[in-house]
Amino acid sequence: MADLIPVRLDDVAFGYDPSKRILEKVNLTVRPGQIVALMGGSGCGKTTILRLIGGTVPASAGTVSVFGEDVGVMNADALRRMRSRVGMLFQFGALFTDLSVFDNVAFPLRECTNLGERMIRDLVLMKLQAVGLRGASTLMPHQLSGGMARRVALARGIALDPRLMLFDEPFTGLDPISLATIGRLVRELNDALGASSIIVTHDVQESLQIVDYLYFIAGGRVVAEGTPDGVRASEQPFVRQFVRGEIEGVVPFHQQAADYRSELLAGAR
Amino acid sequence: MPVASPPPKPDVPGPVRARVEGLGEWALLKLERLGFAARFFLAILRFSGLGIRRFGLVMREIHFAGVLSLVIIGVSGLFVGMVLGLQGYETLVRYGSAEALGTLVALSLVRELGPVVSALLFASRAGSAMTAEIGLMKATEQLAAMEMMAVEPLARVVAPRFWGGVISMPLLAAIFSACGILGGYLIGVVTIGLDAGAYWSQMQAAVDFRDDVLNGVIKSFVFGVAVTWIAVFEGYDAAPTAEGVSRATTRTVVTSALVILALDVLLTALMFRGT
Ligand SMILES: Nc1ncnc2c1ncn2[C@@H]1O[C@H](COP(=O)(O)OP(=O)(O)OP(=O)(O)O)[C@@H](O)[C@H]1O
Ligand SMILES: [Mg+2]
Repeated sequence: MADLIPVRLDDVAFGYDPSKRILEKVNLTVRPGQIVALMGGSGCGKTTILRLIGGTVPASAGTVSVFGEDVGVMNADALRRMRSRVGMLFQFGALFTDLSVFDNVAFPLRECTNLGERMIRDLVLMKLQAVGLRGASTLMPHQLSGGMARRVALARGIALDPRLMLFDEPFTGLDPISLATIGRLVRELNDALGASSIIVTHDVQESLQIVDYLYFIAGGRVVAEGTPDGVRASEQPFVRQFVRGEIEGVVPFHQQAADYRSELLAGAR
Repeated sequence: MPVASPPPKPDVPGPVRARVEGLGEWALLKLERLGFAARFFLAILRFSGLGIRRFGLVMREIHFAGVLSLVIIGVSGLFVGMVLGLQGYETLVRYGSAEALGTLVALSLVRELGPVVSALLFASRAGSAMTAEIGLMKATEQLAAMEMMAVEPLARVVAPRFWGGVISMPLLAAIFSACGILGGYLIGVVTIGLDAGAYWSQMQAAVDFRDDVLNGVIKSFVFGVAVTWIAVFEGYDAAPTAEGVSRATTRTVVTSALVILALDVLLTALMFRGT
C-alpha cells in the first residue's frame, strides 16, 4: 500500500460539454510522500483535475488511477473506499452552512467512523488547533471571514487523516502570516501522516518553498514540470512568465474572442 | 423501368414546422425530466436506510417541515372552519336543518379541505424551503464535498428530508381539520347559538372512521409524498446558481399546487363514489 503510486493521470482528456474539451492530454504522477503543485491560469482546468481524481466527473479518454486503481471503472463501493482515504479542500470551502465550525470538522468523523463523542471532540479540537481556530469552534460558517472559512475547511479536509490530500487553492484569502503557517502545516501533515498531496495554487513563491514537484497546465496539457530548483532555474518562457508574473509573454490574459475593435464597432452600427 | 422517385416532401411552411419541432423538443425534454424524477424517487427509497438507522436525522426534518409549520396550519384551519360554519349555516338554515352544521363542517374538512388546503400550505411553507436549502447546498458545493467524504448526499441530505415531509403531512392535515372543527364550533355554537350537544353528536354519528377519516389520511399521505418528492427533486436538480435556485423554488410551489389538485380529483373519484 505504501509504495502504490497515489495519483497517476495517463493521457487524460475531459470536457464538461463533449464538444469543448478543457483537458486535451494530461499526464502527471504524484509519488508517495510527495507534495505536488498544480499551476496554471484561471480556468485552465485545475479544479477539474481534482474532480477527476476524486471521481466526481469521469474522464472522457485516458485513465485516472488513485492508489493504483482506475477511478473510471470503480463501482460505488470502491469509489467510497477510495474517497474515505482522500481529503479534499474545496476552492470555496464548501462548509456545511447549517453546522457550526465544530460540527463541520466533526462531520467526516461522525459519518465515516465509529468513534465515540469524547474521542471525536478531542480530534476536532486538535485539528482546529492546528489551523489556529480552536477559539472559533462555536461560530457558524456565516460568521467567519473568507480566510477563516478556508482554514476550517482545511481542518475538515484532514479530519480523517487522509492518505492523499487535494487542496484547491488553500492559500487564497490568507494574510502572509497565516499563509506561511498553513504552508508549513500542509508540509508537516503530509510528512507526519506519510501522505501525499496535490496543491492547486497561484502562490508561486510559497509553493516553491514547500512542494517537491510542480506541474504547469495550459491549453489542456502539462506544458512544463520540474522540481522547485529546476523551476527557479528554468529558461522556458512559460515558466519564467509564471514565476515572475510578467504580463507580456506566451500566456494570453484574454479568453479567446472575436477581434476587439470590430466587436465594439459592430455595436455602434 | 425507372425507379420511383421519392415522394415529394409535404409542403410545410418554415415557421410552422419550426414551431412543431420546438413543441416536440419541449415534450421530449419534459418526458426526460419526468423519467429522471422517477429514477430519483427510487434512489431516495434505496438510500433511506441511513435515515431509519439514525432516526435523529429524520426527526430534525420533522421539526423543520412539521413543527415549524404548525402555526400557519393551525391558524388557517381555524379560519377555514369559521368560514365553513358561516356559509354552512346560511345554507342549512334554509332547509331547516341547521343542527347538521357539525356534520357538514367535519365532513368537508376531513374528506377534502383538510388534506388539500394543508398540502397547499405545506408546499409553500416547507416544500419551498426544502428546495431552496438543497439547491443552495448544491450551488455552494456542499453536496460535492459530502460526496468526496464518502457520504452519499441522497442518504444524508435528501432521504431524511423526504421522510420528514411524508411523516409530517398527514399529522399537519389532522391538526388542520381539528382546528377547523373548532372554528366551526366557535361560529356555530358560540356565536350563532346552535346547540353544542347537537353539533358534536351529529358529527359523531355521521362521520365514519373508514370512509371519511381514513380516506382523508390516505389523501394527505399521497399529497405528502408528492409535495416532498417534488421539493427535494427540484432542489437537487436546480441549476447551481442563485437564479437557478430561485426558479426551482417557484417551480416547487407551482408544480405542487397543480399536482395536489389533480391528484385530489383522482383520489376523490376513486374513494367517494356515492357511498
Ligand atoms: N460544472 C461545470 N460545468 C461546465 N463547465 C465548467 C464547470 N466547471 C468548470 N467549467 C469550465 O471548465 C473550465 C475549467 O474550470 P476549472 O474550474 O477547472 O478551472 P480552474 O483552473 O480551477 O480555474 P481557477 O483558477 O479560476 O479556479 C472553465 O473554462 C470553466 O468554464
Ligand atoms: Mg479552480
